[in-house]
Amino acid sequence: MDKDINIKVKVWRQNGPKDKGHFEVYPLENISQGSSFLEMLDILNENLINEGKEPVVFDHDCREGICGICSLYIDGHPHGPDEDITTCQLHMRTFDEGDTITVEPWRSTAFPVIKDLMVDRTAFDKIIQAGGYTSVNTGGTPDANAILIPHDQAELAMDAAACIGCGACVAACKNGSAMLFVSAKVSQLALLPQGKVEAAKRAKSMVAKMDELGFGNCTNTGACEVECPKNISISNIARLNREFLKAKFKD
Amino acid sequence: MSWLIKSSIGRKFVQSLSGLFLILFLLFHVCMNLVLIFNYETYNFLANEMLGANWWAIVGTIVIFFGFGVHIIYSIFLTLQNRKARGNIRYESSSKTPATWSSKNMFVLGLVIALFLVLHLYQMWYQMQFKELFMIEGARHDSAQLVEEVFSNIWVVILYVVAFIALWFHLTHGFWSALHTVGWNNDIWMKRIKMIGNVLSAFICIGFIAVAVLMHLGYSNLLA
Ligand code: HEM
Ligand code: SF4
Ligand code: FES
Repeated sequence: MDKDINIKVKVWRQNGPKDKGHFEVYPLENISQGSSFLEMLDILNENLINEGKEPVVFDHDCREGICGICSLYIDGHPHGPDEDITTCQLHMRTFDEGDTITVEPWRSTAFPVIKDLMVDRTAFDKIIQAGGYTSVNTGGTPDANAILIPHDQAELAMDAAACIGCGACVAACKNGSAMLFVSAKVSQLALLPQGKVEAAKRAKSMVAKMDELGFGNCTNTGACEVECPKNISISNIARLNREFLKAKFKD
Repeated sequence: MSWLIKSSIGRKFVQSLSGLFLILFLLFHVCMNLVLIFNYETYNFLANEMLGANWWAIVGTIVIFFGFGVHIIYSIFLTLQNRKARGNIRYESSSKTPATWSSKNMFVLGLVIALFLVLHLYQMWYQMQFKELFMIEGARHDSAQLVEEVFSNIWVVILYVVAFIALWFHLTHGFWSALHTVGWNNDIWMKRIKMIGNVLSAFICIGFIAVAVLMHLGYSNLLA
């Protein structure tokens, strides 16, 4: 049964990109375990506003695990200690009476803190802009049987397309590598006939952009895969390596 | 070709090819060492006639040094770049993401191997091939005898065991990681490749350790 619990949240406060930042501990009383983690932060912010203090800044939008904007590194895990969910899907029943919950922003050089818990993830947008699309003219809507796609191929592409671009993979990685994200975005297109046409160019330009933006070199620790809320497999990383090396050897 | 330096996957490609090359070298090396357990003469023949100051042995040595050089230099760059990409601020709540210990400590493990390598080269290679090549007094040709002498010291044996345990950790991650990096992996092969890597690492490390320990115990003399 869900209870009401008394907890403390230890939150990273940082006034702006240049500020050094520090932790603040806030006690919270009678938080229903049935509420979501973000609702708990809403309550905290309401308290802070009532006390005339500045609320904690954090990213959130859909609150149903599909938009990818929520972040937060909670108690040693991106998106918190629960499995295969985003922060907005995390519930307070994961925590117990008396817990002190540590909440931090994603930490990675390519994701600088904007304020408090909000980080700048435009680096991901730039990688997508570098080639995460198809620019071939596919004409009008063709018959579904005009281009045949094997079922398993379609499934793999769909699995890769589940990536919501949240950046938890980068946050979890000791090397600050974005390979899981980039490999998902390359795979979802490289696996399909329409995407294959530009596969070589796409792999090269997206990887080049990823390197330029200061993400690290993947050493296959697999931490990304464990923390990814959408279960993106590191097999995609092997596929990206394959696509990239193939493209380079063709040059 | 500049992508082998400038691109992250290019750098990883070099790291993995040099690593795989070193694994091949180790496989050859351990097989040769195992001969020592069975027969002194054959070992001496291999070590001196086959691998003395012949041109092929010299070329081979240079290639192997090059392999180590590339692997170590790249490992330093990769590690430094990755630390920079990670940033200076650590997570207060630390990282509780489960990941294999080896995969997170490849550089440290490599460092242990590199330090061991210095000792190993001085005790073996310098005394045999190097001295012979550069006409330094006291070049050894009785390889089996030299090995027996070196391993009679228990501390040397202990250092060897430690180094090869480090190597085992390095390779259990390194082998599958290298194949993953060159793109030769998928959901089905992942388990198989990890298994092959484990068997390979075990064979190499147990082989080297066995020779050192058995030499220390004087096992080879019994058979000679
Ligand atoms: C006999 C000696 C060695 C062998 C057989 C070996 C083998 C390997 C292999 C197969 C890999 C995987 C490559 C990849 O993931 O793409 C690797 C990675 C690595 N090695 Fe070695 N290595 C040896 C010595 C060293 C030394 C001496 C150092 C450093 C001082 C070192 C540092 C590293 C580092 C930092 C990595 C990168 C980790 C990664 O990307 O997963 N290694 N090694
Ligand atoms: S791969 Fe997973 S963790 Fe990384 S951005 Fe996509 S959904 Fe988030
Ligand atoms: S707020 Fe949209 S995924 Fe969490």
